[in-house]
Amino acid sequence: MTDATARGANGFRYIGRRRRAVEHRRFVLGQGRYAADLRLPGMLHVALVASPHAHARIVAIDVAAAAALPGVEAVLTGEELQQQVDPMLPGVDAPKVARYPLARGVVRYCGEWVVAVVAATRAQAEDAAELVRVEYEPLAHAGDAASAMREDAVLVHPEHGSNVIFQRKFRWGEVDAHFAAAARQLSYRVRWGRSSTVPIETFGVTCAWNDADGLLDVWASIQMPKYPDQLARCLRLPGNAVRVHYDIDVGGSYGVKRGLKHTVLVGYLARRLGRPVRLLEDRLENMRGGDMQGPDRQFDVTLAFDDDGTIRSMRMRAIDDIGAYSGRAPLQLGKPVGAIVGPYRIASVEYEAIAVLTHKTPQEAVRGFGQSPTNYAIERGMDKVARALGMDPVELRRRNLIGADEFPYLIPSGTTYDSGDYEVVMDKALRAASYDELLRERDALRSSGLLAGVGLSTCLEPSGGNSSFEPLFNARNETTTWMDSCLVRIDLGATVTALIGTSSSGQAHETLVSTVVGEVLLREPDSIRVLHADSLNALPSNSPVGSRMAIMLGGAAAGAAKKLRAKLLAMGAYRLGAQVDAVDYVDGAVVLRADASCRVSWEQLVDIAHRKHHELPPGMEPGLQEKFVWEVPTGGSLPDADGRVQMYPCHSFESHVVLASIDPLTGKVSLLRYVVGHDCGVMISPDVVHGMTYGGVAHAVGASLMEKFAFSDEGQLLSGTFMDYLLPSAEEVPAIAIVDHCTPSPLTEFGQKGSGEAGYLGGPAAIANAVNDALAVRGAAIDSLPMTPQAVWRALREAANHEGTTA
Amino acid sequence: MPSCVTIRMTVNGKAVERTVEPRQTLVDFLRDELGLTGTHVGCEHGVCGACSVLLDGQPVRSCCMFAVQADGLQVTTVEGLAPARGRLSTLQDAFCEAHALQCGYCTPGMLVACHALLERNPHPGEAQIREAIGGNLCRCTGYQQIVDAVKLASSQELCHD
Repeated sequence: MTDATARGANGFRYIGRRRRAVEHRRFVLGQGRYAADLRLPGMLHVALVASPHAHARIVAIDVAAAAALPGVEAVLTGEELQQQVDPMLPGVDAPKVARYPLARGVVRYCGEWVVAVVAATRAQAEDAAELVRVEYEPLAHAGDAASAMREDAVLVHPEHGSNVIFQRKFRWGEVDAHFAAAARQLSYRVRWGRSSTVPIETFGVTCAWNDADGLLDVWASIQMPKYPDQLARCLRLPGNAVRVHYDIDVGGSYGVKRGLKHTVLVGYLARRLGRPVRLLEDRLENMRGGDMQGPDRQFDVTLAFDDDGTIRSMRMRAIDDIGAYSGRAPLQLGKPVGAIVGPYRIASVEYEAIAVLTHKTPQEAVRGFGQSPTNYAIERGMDKVARALGMDPVELRRRNLIGADEFPYLIPSGTTYDSGDYEVVMDKALRAASYDELLRERDALRSSGLLAGVGLSTCLEPSGGNSSFEPLFNARNETTTWMDSCLVRIDLGATVTALIGTSSSGQAHETLVSTVVGEVLLREPDSIRVLHADSLNALPSNSPVGSRMAIMLGGAAAGAAKKLRAKLLAMGAYRLGAQVDAVDYVDGAVVLRADASCRVSWEQLVDIAHRKHHELPPGMEPGLQEKFVWEVPTGGSLPDADGRVQMYPCHSFESHVVLASIDPLTGKVSLLRYVVGHDCGVMISPDVVHGMTYGGVAHAVGASLMEKFAFSDEGQLLSGTFMDYLLPSAEEVPAIAIVDHCTPSPLTEFGQKGSGEAGYLGGPAAIANAVNDALAVRGAAIDSLPMTPQAVWRALREAANHEGTTA
Repeated sequence: MPSCVTIRMTVNGKAVERTVEPRQTLVDFLRDELGLTGTHVGCEHGVCGACSVLLDGQPVRSCCMFAVQADGLQVTTVEGLAPARGRLSTLQDAFCEAHALQCGYCTPGMLVACHALLERNPHPGEAQIREAIGGNLCRCTGYQQIVDAVKLASSQELCHD
């Protein structure tokens, strides 16, 4: 047994130690509290009528038969709803791109909600929904970004005047001069396919309106910054008339659980009907009309480099198909500005970001907020340059990686990387993968008739999510903080409770906060309770997005605990008749440094604070309760005129090494070896960090090889079920080895960085490089994700045909 | 309104009797009629495995069958895996120890699939474990720590904190 009060090798008592996650017990017992588990008396259920057309005029809606069915309480159309609620924010300055939960007059994508039916049971609501008759006049549609950007394109929102909702070209540094001075240039195009995080739980929300209190209660599987505020605005309610209960367990999110439109609809219905109302997406609604599809992006990149492999400059143009409405989607082109050169010493960059509206399901925030596609685009370029120079991709990276002695490192677009040791992490991964042996294994596979390749990536995970992309992409938005907060109290019984203002979707925040508070107060973490408050009794949170909670919630919890510790110290010193600088805080007690027998115990201190005002220092507040609101480190500044801004504060790093084989007859890719070198600074909960990294790699396997929201020429979603949209199973995800490295961040409380997007940020790039290494033997290449068996087979076929015609 | 049917079955060792619509799925029956919300709905078309329960000891998709089809049978849900109130089964304990879950949504189905595997093969190899959970999708874990947990459970070498 280890001594419970001993400090580990990292200097901490609890941080970095293996500890069972607090949350697990209720989940393995089937006692989670998910949105669908809530039962309220008199609760009604919603079923939706969705558009079967990508673009059509709504000619008429007949709800009479539906409304007459037993059990039906209401049939709501967009005609009524759009008059009663305000539109949701479009993310950028495009006020005429109005977005409401139900369409009115026109539908803009297949699956868009047109009518909501409310009934006593879900089955009755669905029965009634089938009886709603909607007459449409189909219209021509813009099915992809290229056609939507043409002069004569059909406009998704004619009031906006264009399908381009955001376009800006940034120039950071002497791009032209660096290009002119470079010996060589290489241009390429890569495509990131439309996929998403697709949690196993769909989105669900229940709302209840209380007439007497004038209060809307909301229980939702939500992961969204400022959700209560935006909901109140849309519903035209005062902020303190909306209470979001954050003690709902969220069944996975990774960015997408942002059902604002669902909640506006259900909140309106609950208020209108005076009954609790619930909407649970079924899987098709989730895939088609749940508005949670991810980036759908084309990159055109030119790299300028020298014969020795030095990359001097980059021009990148990214066009993203955001679908029919705008929310966070355009901003996913903004976040990568903070790591636009990846881990490389690239002196100047031109970056053009273009967000385009099309008649597709709208795009939502997805794990990494646009960074993984950008990393993929950069890393494909690194391999292309290596190939062009006949240089080992490892060596090329070695020559361009920012050195450990160069931090803090300012990149051309205005972000300073806090710390890192990139080459060492890459080397650790290569060593763990036995790189030379891996190459030999690849060659052996090739000899046996398979196609095989080795792929490498070195990628950044910006973390600590600030929202600097908001002012960067919208001058009317001056948000420069994305604080998070925590309240810690010690009760009369001398136990500790911490209150957080967000829901969790698997990130183990209760474990994080209890570990951190335990570390500061030197109390056993398992004795500390962590509660998810509701939005009216919580302090502000910007929710677990942007790999931020270890940094921001961890920092806030530590801040609150430190204030309590300072108070205990002051109380103890007063009780001992000593100055504060003459006492120490030892495992919850305050001890006179000169004489350890003079001490005030934890229990005594609590007793004084709660009962013995006469023993408190004069003027001190009784009780033991402190809050701390932490501003994002490095936050607080607006972008400059050229669009330079500090995006996120901390920068984790990962290097993936992959051995892949391809069956040349089927085009199917198998991943035979997978190693990740990972540095996210000090790990607070190593199991949690590793778990998210494994999961991120699995998600990367899906995005690069399997998952795609495919649309027909008519704009119909072709992959709306799990039989067409393929999620990787335990058979497709390989065994994964993680090698840790620790470069502490100088900006955070314990040296931690974020890791919620780990694995996903470097995975697709490495897998794509491995597949292309395999294909190169046949003169084939594939620069479009996902690399499905069909796509790989087609690439091989094209190369063979090409060879045939040129032979 | 379809005419209702009275069904009887044993759920987690207890006899239950309810009158239900023939179209009610087994998972809706378990969740809505019996309040056993540990069994989750993921895709409702038999792919994700979140709704897995044991039917006479065999893992099945409770979203793909009607409650009336379970008439007269034995159903075990995740709530029925623990040996006693307040305790964890060896497998549940191993899931906690190996951090085999994050959001917990797929976990009940995973536990059911792994429980069934260990019942028929107490010492499965990695390939057998991956095959057994191949019909249960998880978006959080990448399956690695689930495989580790099953190995741990089969080795019985659990160390309690």
